[in-house]
Amino acid sequence: MATVNDALNEKRTQRDKTLSELNDIDRDYKYGFHDPEDKYVFKSGKGLTEEIVRKISAMKNEPEWMLDFRLRALKLFNDKPMPQWGSEMLNDIDFNNIHYYVRSSEKQERNWDDVPEDIRKTFDRLGIPEAEQKFLAGVTAQYESEVVYHSIREDLEKLGVIFTDMDSGLREYPEIVKKYMGTVIPSGDNKFSALNTAVWSGGSFIYVPKGVKVEIPLQAYFRINTENMGQFERTLIIADEGSSVHYIEGCTAPTYSTDSLHSAVVELIAMDGAKIRYTTIQNWSNNVYNLVTKRAIAHANATVEWVDGNLGSKLTMKYPAVWLKGEGARGEILSIAWAGKGQHQDAGAKIMHLAPNTSSVVTSKSISKDGGRTSYRGLIKVLPGCHGVKSNVRCDALLMDAHSRSDTYPTMQIDEDNVRVEHEATVSKISDEQLFYLMSRGLSDEEARLMIVNGFIEEFTKELPMEYSVELNKLIQLEMEGSIG
Amino acid sequence: MSQQPALHIRDLHVTVGEKEILKGVDLVIQAGEKHALMGPNGSGKSTLSYALMGHPNYKITQGEVLFQGENLLEMGPDERARKGLFLAFQYPMVIPGVKVFQFLRNMLKARRGRDVSVKEFRKELNEKMSLLDMKQEFVRRYLNEGFSGGEKKRHEILQMALLEPSLCLLDETDSGLDIDALRIVCDGINAVAAKNTDMGMLIITHYQRMLNYIEPDFVHILFEGKIVKSGTKELALELEAHGYELIENEFRQPAQV
Ligand SMILES: Nc1ncnc2c1ncn2[C@@H]1O[C@H](COP(=O)(O)OP(=O)(O)O)[C@@H](O)[C@H]1O
Ligand SMILES: [Mg+2]
Repeated sequence: MATVNDALNEKRTQRDKTLSELNDIDRDYKYGFHDPEDKYVFKSGKGLTEEIVRKISAMKNEPEWMLDFRLRALKLFNDKPMPQWGSEMLNDIDFNNIHYYVRSSEKQERNWDDVPEDIRKTFDRLGIPEAEQKFLAGVTAQYESEVVYHSIREDLEKLGVIFTDMDSGLREYPEIVKKYMGTVIPSGDNKFSALNTAVWSGGSFIYVPKGVKVEIPLQAYFRINTENMGQFERTLIIADEGSSVHYIEGCTAPTYSTDSLHSAVVELIAMDGAKIRYTTIQNWSNNVYNLVTKRAIAHANATVEWVDGNLGSKLTMKYPAVWLKGEGARGEILSIAWAGKGQHQDAGAKIMHLAPNTSSVVTSKSISKDGGRTSYRGLIKVLPGCHGVKSNVRCDALLMDAHSRSDTYPTMQIDEDNVRVEHEATVSKISDEQLFYLMSRGLSDEEARLMIVNGFIEEFTKELPMEYSVELNKLIQLEMEGSIG
Repeated sequence: MSQQPALHIRDLHVTVGEKEILKGVDLVIQAGEKHALMGPNGSGKSTLSYALMGHPNYKITQGEVLFQGENLLEMGPDERARKGLFLAFQYPMVIPGVKVFQFLRNMLKARRGRDVSVKEFRKELNEKMSLLDMKQEFVRRYLNEGFSGGEKKRHEILQMALLEPSLCLLDETDSGLDIDALRIVCDGINAVAAKNTDMGMLIITHYQRMLNYIEPDFVHILFEGKIVKSGTKELALELEAHGYELIENEFRQPAQV
């Protein structure tokens, strides 16, 4: 495990270094860059037809059952009406104006040097290669709809851990994929899970064998880059008995003009005593519809943690869920949402207590600014007979100005008496007294506000790997400056 | 150094909400001088310190304040701080999620107008923290969150020690401190003053006891929004002996009809 230890040591050194940079106000950070767009090897026409689904499947050389799986899902997608809750913005989505498949590179890349120059440059600006070298066990970096870069460290391979993109996962481990895909989130769960199932491409496939503890986070970085392009990743993570794994995905999208749809499906399975943490930071450009279905099943004494950050996008609808199926299972959902001008973050959490003595903690932090809107939509369900359940839900909203908005829609369905369920919600604004205290120490109004906001989400940031928390603080700073400059 | 007084307050009137709290305060603090400001509860001591620091809710309706010859009232609170004015708060604010370390380093950067490397900062921090008998772990806590009264006051003085201001307003720094903590904090204040001989000080206190450790050059008594009496340290002793009743009897305005 020498390489793992080396990586951890380097991580510590890096942490000391970045600690000093954490608070630096770095005005150089830029996003919104754009790569040349004529690099695509294949780009489907706009609109969704059976022919396109067949073509996607054929281009990927998929087995017959996967094509059937896709086609059945397509039917469900067509049959299901658009959800009439969440946001009226949903009705603006024009399914006929979306490319359902774009492939930028023909072959899988094994190491960083082989990744095409302009793609590398993009990741460079996002700080990826460095992070990859420093402490990542493996990277599945998705460029457009196809994975172009993929590596697995030898020590992971030795442990028997599978970490690959979903397309390769299907090719190399068809029996595992066939057994589990769609078991956590059935195709027909909702309109967008059906859509994803019909046209999915990319995403990650992870299997951690019994008892194996993966000590370094596994990480995927991806972005979308074409106007009117849809992204439909499909991620499946299986942590076998007593194993543990932390998976991280993050995106920083460039700015472009026409609406774009992102609709991922993420399925997690934590077997008895296993632990999965899934960390996401999403920062789609402000024209993206981000409609994600995420659900985990936690078996006896297993733990699943969703750490979920939503900045950017036009509309996000995302409610990570944990089904606590086995006695003693534990679910935790920690999220932040940032909604600026014209944005609606409809995010939340769902916990299903399906077994006795299961426990859950939901912490939601949201910030609305410049007329932005955040909503917390949550469900806590306790089935009859599930005695000894403990659940704690806390939602804190911070309103940066008077014309921004925050709502809470908590639902509790508790069908058992012997439980302890707590719910607490606060809405606040930056207080004059806090601002004055910081400014009396020489911080400018902007610096003081930034510090207060970063403090507000620190419960979230402290759970992130260092380079992510630095990046998140920078993104928040950019968002805050947005209205000043 | 300029020969301008550190602070020159002329006929200062301050209103909070609808109510006039300060009704014409005059005070001159020369560089290096220590002034004590005493007075019963509600006489306007904190109002003076807030108004001087530039709290937006404390409206100056009349008068002027020069800080090292410059018009203080035109500056925002952050500019005042960067120019060397410091207020140790009577009730410091809790800022959830902000680490003391991060706060102090940013504060110092702002004051110095340049970056302060982590290494440089740690060195100074350790020095000043040992001066105030504070433990290293302290800086990993969140700003004023769950601090005891004594910890809050110590932390305020730690900030003063780091910033090395040219004028300090200490608002009831002694309250909430037990006798040992009071000695440590006052020793700390004296050490900062000894190092910065031009530093002016306005020590706001209710009691004489803090002045046993920090000897003032002048003592003023604020009563119902005005300085009604000024003298040397003997005035504080006198006040201690007779209580504020004496002042009240002498200066209480007849009830307005
Ligand atoms: N923020 C405020 N809002 C309303 N009244 C205030 C405020 N601050 C001070 N006051 C009033 O001003 C008067 C002086 O208070 P203060 O300056 O705190 O006195 P001291 O510090 O001498 O005890 C009191 O009557 C107090 O109630
Ligand atoms: Mg007071």
